[in-house]
Amino acid sequence: MIEIKNISKSFNNKQVLLDVNGQFVKGKTNLIIGASGTGKSVLLKCIVGLVKPDEGSISFDGRDFTQADSELKQSIRREIGMLFQGSALFDSKTVEENVMFPLDMLTTMRREEKLDRANECLKRVGLENANKLFPSEISGGMQKRVGIARAIVMNSRYLFCDEPNSGLDPQTSIKIDNLIKDITEEYNTTTVVVTHDMNSVLEIGEHIMFIYKGRKIWEGSNKDILDTEVTELQDFIFANKLIRDMKAKKDR
Amino acid sequence: MKSFGKYLILLSTLFINRERFNVYVKRIVDESILIGIDSVFIVVIVSTFIGAVTAVQTAYNLVSPLIPLYIIGTIVRDMTVLELAPTITCVVLAGKVGSNIAGGLGTMRITEQVDALEVMGINSASYLILPKIIAAILTFPLLVIIAGFLSMYGGYLAGVLTGVITEKEYIYGIRYQFQGYNITFAIIKSLVFAFLISSISSYQGFFTKGGALEVGQSSTEAVTNSCIAVLCADYLLAQLLL
Ligand SMILES: Nc1ncnc2c1ncn2[C@@H]1O[C@H](COP(=O)(O)OP(=O)(O)OP(=O)(O)O)[C@@H](O)[C@H]1O
Ligand SMILES: [Mg+2]
Repeated sequence: MIEIKNISKSFNNKQVLLDVNGQFVKGKTNLIIGASGTGKSVLLKCIVGLVKPDEGSISFDGRDFTQADSELKQSIRREIGMLFQGSALFDSKTVEENVMFPLDMLTTMRREEKLDRANECLKRVGLENANKLFPSEISGGMQKRVGIARAIVMNSRYLFCDEPNSGLDPQTSIKIDNLIKDITEEYNTTTVVVTHDMNSVLEIGEHIMFIYKGRKIWEGSNKDILDTEVTELQDFIFANKLIRDMKAKKDR
Repeated sequence: MKSFGKYLILLSTLFINRERFNVYVKRIVDESILIGIDSVFIVVIVSTFIGAVTAVQTAYNLVSPLIPLYIIGTIVRDMTVLELAPTITCVVLAGKVGSNIAGGLGTMRITEQVDALEVMGINSASYLILPKIIAAILTFPLLVIIAGFLSMYGGYLAGVLTGVITEKEYIYGIRYQFQGYNITFAIIKSLVFAFLISSISSYQGFFTKGGALEVGQSSTEAVTNSCIAVLCADYLLAQLLL
């Protein structure tokens, strides 16, 4: 479980996050949702330590990350896997080398072992026969899969995904969403997904945090999100026509 | 001034929390190929022509029958070995290598590849930049030696083929009153320039913010700043060491 307490962050006097609290449950896909520019990515970067919050604390299964010494920080980081908004694959390396990279850098495994592990992960995300291709030679959906494979190759206990389905068609989006959900259950990881796609919210949102202008103003699950009384969240959800119609039908 | 401080801080982070040694060996070899071997062609072209032009212009200016012709060889040697070969080569390399380094790092920054390294707990500055600086320090002196040799050879070609000077006179000229220290000085210069170009370009690329447009801007800035730094250092070294 990951716990965040009173996270605040501002960039050049511009308040981006204000006093955000919350928990991300182990073995579940936890969603952070909100409109563009509300600070979702910044919140995620605060949690993984890429951005230092001005205030607040973050703890990974009881281990305080913000106060940790460099050794503890390092060991927590090795348990973190992250899929970036633009996949962030190393474009000078092949698919296989990308997935093997964390093993190369952080373990002392033999080459064959590393190859086996990388292939196992690539297979898990449904990508075979692309090992020798470069990131520029594969589609966006495949890049996301490689990104996920790289994120889980170290047997990460914590998985972070920043908009895993931005730029993908609805069908591929669902596949990626379900892959993330399956992996979360299979490996019992604490997964945090940032998204503003209502489709994924309803599909995989077991635990949802709604961020509005840097504040958390709602928390719940996909079962009760449609019945919310919070107007900002209603505006966010019912921007989607299908959901609007669905809700109208349900109310009738 | 603020960016100079940031530059120094970046340089100091290269050495703390480094990765394992053999990680670097492979990276240094890769970078040496990229920075060194891939620059050989441009260095060959530039230095040969510099030598040829120096020879032709010196011959053109030497109209007095009192001055022996072999002086052309001596002047080509001293001009190129001391100044033209190292400095012009490095200014050209600042363009080629500098933009390559800054563009590469800038792209990695804006596509979050640098963040991806950081999340894995890797010191991204050290992993990405240190091998580039070491590779430049290893390969630039070699390139400058090639350049020094070829510029004298270019002078030979221009002088002898056009019949301004005989082969014998030219060879006598380049050997005449030869000072070994000039070579040492050229190599010292190349080492300093290598460090300046690779570190300044890395700095520009590494702290790129924004998008593709800014990557282009950092490349341009990397080249401009490296060139200025090279020329300033050129002057300072000449003052200090000659
Ligand atoms: N390094 C930074 N320096 C200055 N401002 C920043 C920085 N990073 C983010 N911001 C600002 O923080 C705000 C929130 O950005 P963030 O990327 O978190 O939005 P988001 O919710 O992820 O949006 P999107 O859904 O479009 O990705 C933006 O207004 C952005 O300008
Ligand atoms: Mg974002």
